[in-house]
Amino acid sequence: MSVRVFVPRDTTALSLGADAVATRLEREAEQRGLALTVVRNGSRGLAWLEPLVEVETPAGRVAYGPVTPADVPSLLDEGLLEGRDGHALAKGPTEAIPYLARQQRLTFARIGVTDPLSVEDYKAHDGFRGLEAALALEPQDIVEEVKASGLRGRGGAAFPTGIKWQTVLDAPADQKYIVCNADEGDSGTFADRLVMECDPYVLIEGMAIAGLAVNATQGYIYLRSEYPLAKQILDDAIARAEAAGYLGDDIQGSGRVFHLEVRLGAGAYICGEETSLLESLEGKRGLVRFKPPLPAIEGLFGRPTVVNNVLSLAAVPFILAEGAQAYADHGMGRSRGTLALQLAGNVKRGGLIELAFGTTLRTLMEDFGGGTASGRPLRAVQVGGPLCAYLPESQWDMPLDYETFAEVGAGVGHGGVVMFDDSVDMAEQARFSMEFCKEESCGKCTPCRIGSTRGVEVIDRIRAGRDRDANLELLGELCETMEDGSLCAMGGMTPFPVQSALKHFPDDFQRAPEGDRS
Amino acid sequence: MNDSREWTPQAVQAEIDALKHKPGALLPILHALQDRFGHVPEGAVPIIAESLGLTRAEVHGVISFYHHFRTAPPGRHVVQVCRAEACQARGARALEAHAQATLGVDYHQTTADREITLEAVYCLGNCACGPSVRIDDQILGRVSPDAFDALVDELRTQPLEVLG
Repeated sequence: MSVRVFVPRDTTALSLGADAVATRLEREAEQRGLALTVVRNGSRGLAWLEPLVEVETPAGRVAYGPVTPADVPSLLDEGLLEGRDGHALAKGPTEAIPYLARQQRLTFARIGVTDPLSVEDYKAHDGFRGLEAALALEPQDIVEEVKASGLRGRGGAAFPTGIKWQTVLDAPADQKYIVCNADEGDSGTFADRLVMECDPYVLIEGMAIAGLAVNATQGYIYLRSEYPLAKQILDDAIARAEAAGYLGDDIQGSGRVFHLEVRLGAGAYICGEETSLLESLEGKRGLVRFKPPLPAIEGLFGRPTVVNNVLSLAAVPFILAEGAQAYADHGMGRSRGTLALQLAGNVKRGGLIELAFGTTLRTLMEDFGGGTASGRPLRAVQVGGPLCAYLPESQWDMPLDYETFAEVGAGVGHGGVVMFDDSVDMAEQARFSMEFCKEESCGKCTPCRIGSTRGVEVIDRIRAGRDRDANLELLGELCETMEDGSLCAMGGMTPFPVQSALKHFPDDFQRAPEGDRS
Repeated sequence: MNDSREWTPQAVQAEIDALKHKPGALLPILHALQDRFGHVPEGAVPIIAESLGLTRAEVHGVISFYHHFRTAPPGRHVVQVCRAEACQARGARALEAHAQATLGVDYHQTTADREITLEAVYCLGNCACGPSVRIDDQILGRVSPDAFDALVDELRTQPLEVLG
């Protein structure tokens, strides 16, 4: 009997040579006359072990990693196909790897387990149960279930998903839309990508449920152009879901309609802002719209539109399949369910960590992450993307939940955790925040468009030691102006990383840059 | 360079006609043109405007708004270096300086041999394994300056096979 060997095909595994490992395995097996079938699964999200090769044994799947093509012969010599221990890369039973075993995978239960494009595999692992449950419910009942789960928008704004859906359900219109925000532009985040590349049907299912809940018949996934593989996998998965009757004009014989299409962005960070995204989907420049009207009332092409992040929509199938309470049982305070954290930057063991709200950064960075990749002391961590604060060690023991972080001017954002060691120059990081805003501002409002340019200049003067005190004061005022006067979060939140750097790492602004410190 | 990448008004019109029925068709059309010709030719602007009932200024405005669209042909390969925070924490600043120095070009420029166009990118979603680089449609992780040089050598000696 042919032994199944899994070699992931997500962007991270591929970026570290997974294709060459798969090719080598097949070639070596052929030469040795071994019966071996290579399955291209998604990633388990244990990025530091990629390419993570797994072999299926009677006792379950056994892991080896990180594997290079050159390791393949010795792995086969030392009993890879029997799942034997002993090789330096042997990690034992996959599910028992502490990094994975300690997680609470609800949304990400299937990533890395299945072949991402196999509808059969998806169904064999509880797939489409949520959609089947939703087909038996009235729209209002679906919305109630999502409300009861306590799910809040995982894109960063944390708005209650059920309330948003209710608004769209209640808005009378001949056409409504479900738009998935897959413009995952925050550095340090890759959870959306993992959903789309490793378990695309969970997103498709979540969007179809949203369509049923608010009577929308058309969905769009607005995907960033930096994710070419996700585009390819989603297009393929949508075609297969249509063929299997989970999308289209008659979902599973119910007579209900839901069509889905992927639209590519074009390298504009601002299009992750929901109104800018809608403009872009309409074929325009991604200029932010004034709110109100809310997209839920007047969204895409002026029609009521649900705009949700990938992770919000991907959480929905579990809620419908297992019940709202099963989801709400996780978490703390008003932050219910699980949070997909992404451990990134200067980290020894980076990857995806799905946990109930309430864990601490220290647990993440030390217990999961194992400290920095460089081996140097950790100095700062940016949580929630380029518009969120840099946190010093004194803030690493707060529980991760929306309210606790908001109280100290920090954000959970999309769950990205970017670690920096002690070689980081925080004045340079503050400058980059302004530079990034300057580069990516849509230009509609003055505080963001001009403020970011002036911000770069002021920080340059501070770093050059010119009228340092006066310029530090000016930078403080500029930050306030941007925060209070900008139209959206781009200009309004760019000051957060700058202010946090000023507050927690003031010494870095008191000395000249030391050239290239990287 | 492949002849099929030379644009003609007829070829542009064919791409537009295949997509113009879609709601909000402009971005899909621009992507189709750039995928086919490597850039969105200036000469395509009036054809798009006419076909979609837009002004040329509107079409130009959209093309210039988005970093992804370019109006001049790129080199044979497009190399993007990630400049965002997670890669900065792993040495992206040194890598971009190295890339610019060894290729002898700044961002948005093409090497004299027309082989490589260098671009900046803000996050490739490979943030646990930086610094990251994208070469055409392939993303690479943990790219040290030495690894970058090896990749560039490979590009200059043989066409890159896009795997996957």
